[in-house]
Amino acid sequence: MAITLTHTAADRISDFLESRGKGIGLRLGVKTTGCSGMAYVLEFVDQLNPDDEVFEDHGVKVIVDKKSLVYLDGTELDFAKEGLNEGFRFNNPNEKAQCGCGESFTV
Amino acid sequence: MALLQISEPGQSTAPHQHRLAVGIDLGTTNSLVATVRSSEAQTLPDENGEHILPSVVHYHENGVIVGSEAVARAVSDPMNTIVSVKRFMGRGINDLRLLGTKLPYQFVDKESAAPRIHTTGADVSAIEVSAEILKVLKNRAVESLGGELQGAVITVPAYFDEAQRQATKDAASLAGLNVLRLLNEPTAAAVAYGLDSGQEGVIAVFDLGGGTFDVSILRLNHGVFEVLATGGDSALGGDDFDHVIAEWILQQAKHHSDPEPGLVRTLMLVSRKAKEELTETTQANINIHTEHLQWLGSLSRDQMNALIEPFVRKTLMSCRRALRDAGINSQDILEVVMVGGSTRVPYVRNKVGEFFEREPLVSIDPDQVVAIGAALQADVLVGNKSDADMLLLDVIPLSLGIETMGGLAEKIIQRNTPIPVSRAQEFTTYKDGQTAMALHVVQGERELVSDCRSLAHFELRGFPPQVAGAARIRVTFQVDADGLLSVHAREQNSGTEASVDVKPSYGLTDEEIETMLRASIDYAEEDMQARGLREEQVEAQRVVEALDSAINADGELLSDEEKQKIAQARDKLIEAANGDDGETIKHAINELEAVCEDFVARRMNTSIRNAMKGHSIDEYAAEDK
Repeated sequence: MAITLTHTAADRISDFLESRGKGIGLRLGVKTTGCSGMAYVLEFVDQLNPDDEVFEDHGVKVIVDKKSLVYLDGTELDFAKEGLNEGFRFNNPNEKAQCGCGESFTV
Repeated sequence: MALLQISEPGQSTAPHQHRLAVGIDLGTTNSLVATVRSSEAQTLPDENGEHILPSVVHYHENGVIVGSEAVARAVSDPMNTIVSVKRFMGRGINDLRLLGTKLPYQFVDKESAAPRIHTTGADVSAIEVSAEILKVLKNRAVESLGGELQGAVITVPAYFDEAQRQATKDAASLAGLNVLRLLNEPTAAAVAYGLDSGQEGVIAVFDLGGGTFDVSILRLNHGVFEVLATGGDSALGGDDFDHVIAEWILQQAKHHSDPEPGLVRTLMLVSRKAKEELTETTQANINIHTEHLQWLGSLSRDQMNALIEPFVRKTLMSCRRALRDAGINSQDILEVVMVGGSTRVPYVRNKVGEFFEREPLVSIDPDQVVAIGAALQADVLVGNKSDADMLLLDVIPLSLGIETMGGLAEKIIQRNTPIPVSRAQEFTTYKDGQTAMALHVVQGERELVSDCRSLAHFELRGFPPQVAGAARIRVTFQVDADGLLSVHAREQNSGTEASVDVKPSYGLTDEEIETMLRASIDYAEEDMQARGLREEQVEAQRVVEALDSAINADGELLSDEEKQKIAQARDKLIEAANGDDGETIKHAINELEAVCEDFVARRMNTSIRNAMKGHSIDEYAAEDK
């Protein structure tokens, strides 16, 4: 089981953590909501929970709870630009379908 | 697929529920928009990577151009290109004359309190011009954030009065922006440096832009920034530095005749470049090669310092005055925040540091610091922070009050009171039998109304005649979190009420506002409906009050059955009036009136009979003769 980061994503996460001034890493997760079943969670982490798994890629700690990991295994997190907009994108091999907006998905 | 941002722990939002908010620095010369993404506050660039949007708007037959493209037109087509529109915000023609501002534009509607500037495209008010700038920033933000904005915090100078703040808010609604709050510029700069959560004390904000200079002395007290004093010079800035360098070049080049306009532009550009270079280096090479002038030379940092010294001295004099106004010594200043591009000049930094006897804060880009502070505040206001992060409060910049007999201003809310706030005071009548009172809302620190700024006039009418001094009129001032004012007056003995949302008398007439709102289709309909509803509600209240007083006086004219019928209709009306459908209220009013028709007729007959009791018709006939 593994989660990976692209180089760009890792760089941006390091920058954001530094400017935030605190935090041990980045939480990736899923929650059941949204128009198509599941939605991604992307949060800073100040404190680990007991059921958290910690991965490290390009020097950045990625934290995933065990339940989410089932849906996220093999995911690569990328940072992308689309016109003026920029942000993180989940490349998740488990995804079967997305809603039109891409903010929620089914497995 | 949508692009995601990193949230604070536990603050993830559901899909499509992102709380997008921006901070906008709507400046005299330049404007910026900033937001907090992944917990980092940053200004947003346009597609060319430019963060700064020049606050210049050009009108032509087919539309509007905003920003750097409009700047180019300022020289070729000055009458249709509006620069520094912020100076006109919330001002009538006479205000502008008093300010000593030159009026470069052709104004129409001069008698209106909100004059319009005539351009070949359209006649536009300062509010509409500002709205064009805000629209560009809004669109940039929507594209950059990938969704509609929940709201914006817009910054205004600390010395802006209610009229100017209201005008700024009007401009925002015209641009389709939901204003979360107006924030004082120096407060925003202090927030950007996190001073709101730091040690309590006095903070100086030194803001030297391209064409304006402001200094503000703030005191942080229990999380509230009080403005102790403001000062500055509305015609002093980095452009003056460029000018004096350009003159020096002409002198060195022994160019004695008046330079041609083209040469002036070249000189200003070259001078500006040299000035910016001297921030990093101690020597700048200057090479001018035009038709009218060829010159090769260099300017040292020391030479430039000598040239700009008189201007810097002027800014420090303003600082000294502001400190004196605030009753503070320079040693009492905890931090000095630097704002505005011209504070990059090392000589300015040194002199300001020497004056306040401490190292000024310069780590945040001085052009962006105000927008960044506004973005941080906006992020808190839309709820992207955990509850632990306190909400920053702001204060009333100038006292608010009403005019009393003799043209005196009676202050009801003192300046530097934290907002939101509500204060009330009782007044009474001046003459026997007086049934109405005119209220004049003013703002300012002076004792005479004529020296204060007039904000609004309204009347409290229809309270019962009493001997002078018996009426008790309670006037309540309420200022919401945006610093916007509503005033409410109530005659306590009769319950007669009147209120006004500050529709500043600089202001737009109802028609003007209506026309503008129609232009922004999104808002017109809602507004009209809300207005219609309010009118019906007021009417309903009036009808119920009239009915109650009639039943009180002549209730014996009604049978129990009639009374019950009327009471039913009355309840129905009250219920409708508490709802939000104007048509239903109107219907209920009509029904109540129908039920009461007989009662009204009987009352009229009775009162005529009573009046004529003991008299004969002949007496009346005799009087007629």
